[in-house]
Amino acid sequence: MRDDKPGAKYGRDEWAQWGVALVVFAAVPLLGKKHFVNMGNEILVMGLFAMGFNLLYGVTGMLSFGQAAYYGVGAYTVGLLLSKGVAPFWVALPATMAVGGALALVLGPLCIRLSGVYFTMLTLAFAEMVWGIVFKWYDFTGGDNGIQGIPMPEALHSPLRYYYFTLAVVFVSFWLIRRIVDSPFGAVLQSIRENPERTGFIGVKVRRYQLAAMVLSGVFAALAGGLFAGYQHSIHPDMLHWTKSGEVILMSILGGVSSFFGPLMGAGIIVFIEDMIGKYTEFWEIWIGGIMLAIVIFFPRGLIGTFDTWITRWRNHGKHAETAARP
Amino acid sequence: MDGNLLAAQFIGGLTSAMSLFLVASGLTLIFGVVNVFNFAHGSFYLLGAYFAYQAVAVSGVGFWAGVLLASLGAGAAGVLMEYFFLRRIYGRAGEAGFQILLTYSFILILDDVVKMIWGTDYKSISKPVALAGSFSLGEVTMPRYDLVVIVIGLAVAFGMWAAIRKTRFGRNLRAISSNREMASSLGVNVPLALSLVFGLATALGGLSGAISAPVRTVTPGAGIEVIIGSLIVVVIGGLGNFWGALVGALVIGEVTAFGILFLPQWAILFSYAVMALVLIFRPEGLLMKRGAVR
Repeated sequence: MRDDKPGAKYGRDEWAQWGVALVVFAAVPLLGKKHFVNMGNEILVMGLFAMGFNLLYGVTGMLSFGQAAYYGVGAYTVGLLLSKGVAPFWVALPATMAVGGALALVLGPLCIRLSGVYFTMLTLAFAEMVWGIVFKWYDFTGGDNGIQGIPMPEALHSPLRYYYFTLAVVFVSFWLIRRIVDSPFGAVLQSIRENPERTGFIGVKVRRYQLAAMVLSGVFAALAGGLFAGYQHSIHPDMLHWTKSGEVILMSILGGVSSFFGPLMGAGIIVFIEDMIGKYTEFWEIWIGGIMLAIVIFFPRGLIGTFDTWITRWRNHGKHAETAARP
Repeated sequence: MDGNLLAAQFIGGLTSAMSLFLVASGLTLIFGVVNVFNFAHGSFYLLGAYFAYQAVAVSGVGFWAGVLLASLGAGAAGVLMEYFFLRRIYGRAGEAGFQILLTYSFILILDDVVKMIWGTDYKSISKPVALAGSFSLGEVTMPRYDLVVIVIGLAVAFGMWAAIRKTRFGRNLRAISSNREMASSLGVNVPLALSLVFGLATALGGLSGAISAPVRTVTPGAGIEVIIGSLIVVVIGGLGNFWGALVGALVIGEVTAFGILFLPQWAILFSYAVMALVLIFRPEGLLMKRGAVR
C-alpha cells in the first residue's frame, strides 16, 4: 500500500504538529458554540479510532475492514456496565481496553491465518458477525434499539468538562501510540509492513507480532468507542456497522497513512464534510465514495503525503538549479 | 422431524446456493484471471435486481427478456468500472489495498445511485405465470421457479467450465492467469480479455440478482449482504477456484437452510462458524492444494 522508500521513517519533524493539534483542540470551546464542541469531540474520538487503526495499516501494513467491531464493543462495554449499574464509569472506560484487546485475541488468530486481501475480507466477515450478534441479542444489548440514557458520573456531566476529559485521554493515547511506533517492537512492525517474508527469515515470529498489532489497534478502537458512548449517553448497533470500518479507513488514507497525524487530520476533514453534507442531502454515501475514489486514483499518498511530496520536489528543484549553475 | 419438511428445506437451500454460486463464481473468476478482489461484486447483484425490476415491473418487458437485459446491463456497468477506473491502478505498488478501497468506493456510490433512481422502498417483481405453481416429485413438492433457478445455476457452472477448458478464449484466460506478461508477448490481447472477464463476471452477478428478485425482495444495501455471503463461500472453497465456489455455495446454502430450521434467530452465525472451522483446519480452502495461498 505504501509507496515511499523502504525504511522511510513513519512521520518526522512533528513537534510543531503536536503543538498545533493541542492548541487547536484546546481552543475549540472558545468559539462559544455547542455545535463546535460536539464536532471537536467527534473528531477527537474518530481521530483516536483512526490512529489506532493506522497502527495496523500504516505501520504494520495490515488492512483491516473490521475495526468497527472493536469500536462498537468498546461503546457497548461502557453502555452495558453503566446502564446495568455493574461498574462506575472510571472502571468501565479502562475495561473497554481489556474487552477490545480480548476480542482481538479471539478474532485475530483466525484472521491472520491468511494474508493480503484474504486478511482484509476475514476481518470484515468476523466484524459483521459481531454486528449480527449485537443486533439480534435483544435481551442483552437491546438489539436495534441500542441503549439510551447511559448514566454518567457527576464530574463529567457538562459537555465542556467531558470534552477536555476526552482531549486528555486522546492525547495521552497518541503519545502512547508514538512510543509504540518508535520502540524496537514498532520497528519490527514496520519491517513486517515492508517485507513479511524477510522479517520472518531473520527469526521474527511474524504472526505473533501481527496479532499484537491487532490487539493494540483493538484496544485503542474500543477506548474510542467507550469515550463516544460516554459523550453521547446513547449507543446503537450502527457503531459496529461495516460502513464505520470503511469510514475510519477513508479518514486514514485521506490524511495519509505514512504520517503520524494524517489519520487525525483525515478524521477532522471527514467529520466536517459529513456535517456539511448532512444539512443538504440524505445521499452522503455517494460523496464519501467519490472522495475515496478520487484519493485512490489521484492522491494515493493522502493529503499530508502529497503535500510532503510537493515540498520535497520544490526543494530538490532548487538544488538542481544550484548544481546546474555551478561551473 | 418430518421428511417432507427436511426435503423442502434441502431444496430451498439448493436454490439459495445457486444464487450464491452465480455471484461467487464471478468473484472467483475475476480474482483468478484479473487478480482483483472485487469488493463491489455484490453491488452488481443489486444492479441486476433493480434492472430486472425496471424492465419487468415498470417497462413491462417479458420476464426472461428482463433477466437477460438486467444481466447485460450489470455486465456493461462492470466493463465501465474496469475500463475507466480499475485499469488505472493495475501494477501500482500496494495494489491489493488500493483495489479494495477503489471497489469499496463503488459500493457506496452504486448504493446511493440505486437509492436516487428507485428510492428506498422494498421492490418486488412477480414470477412468470408459467412458473408460479409447484412441481411434485413423489411425496416432495417444490416450487417450479426454484427448479428453474437450480437448472440455470448448474447450466452456468457447466457452461463456464466448458468455456474455460475447451475454447480458445478460455485457453487465453488461463494463460493470462498464470503469466500476464508472457501471454501478452505471445499475442493475447490482455487488456481486452480483462475487460471481457470483468463484464462476464459482473453479468453473472447481475443474473443472480435478477433471478433472485422474485423470491427475495429487492432493497438497497443488499450489495453488502451478498458480498459477505459470497466471500464466505469463496473462503470455504478456495478463492480463485471455480469448483470451490460451487462446493462452498452448496455448503453455505444448506447450512443456512437447516440452521433456520433449528435456531432461527442465530441461523446467520452457522455460516461464520463453518468458515472459522475451515480457516482453522484448512486455511487455503477445501478444494485448493495445501499451501496454495499465503
